[in-house]
Amino acid sequence: MPVIDVRNLHKRYGAKVAVEDVSFAVEEGEIFGVLGPNGAGKTTTVECVEGLRTPDRGTVSVLGLDPRRDRTELTRRLGVQLQASELPDKMKVGEALELYASFYDRPADPGRLIEELGLADQHDTRFGRLSGGQKQRVSIALALVGDPEVAVLDELTTGLDPQARRDTWRLIEGVRDRGVTIVLVTHFMEEAERLCDRLAVIDAGRVVAVDTPAGLVSRVAPEQRVRFRPSVPLDDHLLKELPEVRNVTKTGGQVVVTGTDGLLQAVTSVLARNHVIAADLRVEQSSLDDAFVALTGRTID
Amino acid sequence: MLAKLTYLELKLFTREIITPVLVLLLPLALLLGFGYLPGGNKAQQALGGQTTPEYMAALGVGLTLTVLGLSILPATLAGYREKGVLRRMATTPVRPAYLLIAQLLLYVAAAFVSVALMIIAARVLFGTPVPERFPAFVGTVVLGIGALFGIGLVVAAVAPGAKAGNLIGMVLFFPSLFLGGVYIPREQMPSALRAVGDYTPLGATLKTMRDSWMGAEPHLAQLAIMAAYAVAAGLTAARLFRWE
Repeated sequence: MPVIDVRNLHKRYGAKVAVEDVSFAVEEGEIFGVLGPNGAGKTTTVECVEGLRTPDRGTVSVLGLDPRRDRTELTRRLGVQLQASELPDKMKVGEALELYASFYDRPADPGRLIEELGLADQHDTRFGRLSGGQKQRVSIALALVGDPEVAVLDELTTGLDPQARRDTWRLIEGVRDRGVTIVLVTHFMEEAERLCDRLAVIDAGRVVAVDTPAGLVSRVAPEQRVRFRPSVPLDDHLLKELPEVRNVTKTGGQVVVTGTDGLLQAVTSVLARNHVIAADLRVEQSSLDDAFVALTGRTID
Repeated sequence: MLAKLTYLELKLFTREIITPVLVLLLPLALLLGFGYLPGGNKAQQALGGQTTPEYMAALGVGLTLTVLGLSILPATLAGYREKGVLRRMATTPVRPAYLLIAQLLLYVAAAFVSVALMIIAARVLFGTPVPERFPAFVGTVVLGIGALFGIGLVVAAVAPGAKAGNLIGMVLFFPSLFLGGVYIPREQMPSALRAVGDYTPLGATLKTMRDSWMGAEPHLAQLAIMAAYAVAAGLTAARLFRWE
């Protein structure tokens, strides 16, 4: 039985439909991503999972519980990191962890969590004085302090600098390795690709696809992309005549050539024949970004 | 759990620095400042027959209740909602209502500390007798807390955030002080203004506190209006309060 089972979820606020029809199942021990642009209905969906909202239609089951009816039981077993939820500015990190630990019958050890999340030096620091990354880590710690079986993390790394983001990703993998099932809401492709075992792509309140990141990428037409800066101005026709080339675009001094297998070989031969040196030459494969565009017809931002 | 929550709220309260000063020391400063004015320890006609320290002690208590109820309570709770503190608690096994209870416990305790402080300071420094009708006095304080905190809860219920909570609180705060007879003693107000002021939450609280301090029978109508404020505001707040 899946840990989380969402079926035909529908939720509207007044006339505005936030979630049209969402279904997915999360298996034990995986990091399951909910990926989509802002306003796609991701947060509303997980809020129904957390029991913070009542669905208008459809069913949600978490650990075999009804999030609304069995709310108290659910709160003991599900950890939640909310998007943009703070603590009082003058509350110290250690105090917050101790307090939230006291809400549970069998909490995790707050001291160890603080260690694990790299907050040992901030134990006596007030929440208001923490950096964005540190606040986010406190937020994760609070989601885990009840020693939950499932954790829902909403927009975990929004507003973090790249280093803090990478640190946070490592941390989440560590949590998963401890056996916690994780639902990760995100609109960062890189994050979804790096962390998620499987993910549901949501757009305009509907699930567009559920697959592994690699599975999603393989759904789009395999396309190669070659970028370079020619040492001398280059006539497009030289490239367009090649059978492997589908398209050529120029932006600034950079040329981007897209096409099928063998693209790189064909392009470099033509350049060599015409004594053009290609600087900053790069080859790109289809990514989750491309998969997303193919699935939804637009980019995520 | 509630004890831990309340204790932590107390710590946060003292860390605000300015609020404990406002709640506990400002009334004391007023008592000292005005109490030592020449001739202050004689019964004053202009103060309805009270001595200045006795009058100031009651006024100080009224001020404490108003600051707690109309300023600190709504700003803190609306801020907790704005920051998502209440929402976060809603995801734990503890209902966010406990945070509200902890806040109320803390402020009621702070109010009684202030009351005790004023009575003791007036007694020790100026020889002011403790309130003569003591049970009536305590009852008045309780009703005053109910009325003023109730209104604060309504403000907390409708204010979207800490700033708005503070603003609405202030809009109520200053007229309350004026009508309640904090700026000018009610005995020196025009009779029409006094008639209105006596039935405002603070005005009624202050008047009944002073009456019971002097040993006079509190006016039943004023006790009734305080209870009415408390009940009406409490019910309104319960209806309107949003956790997120």
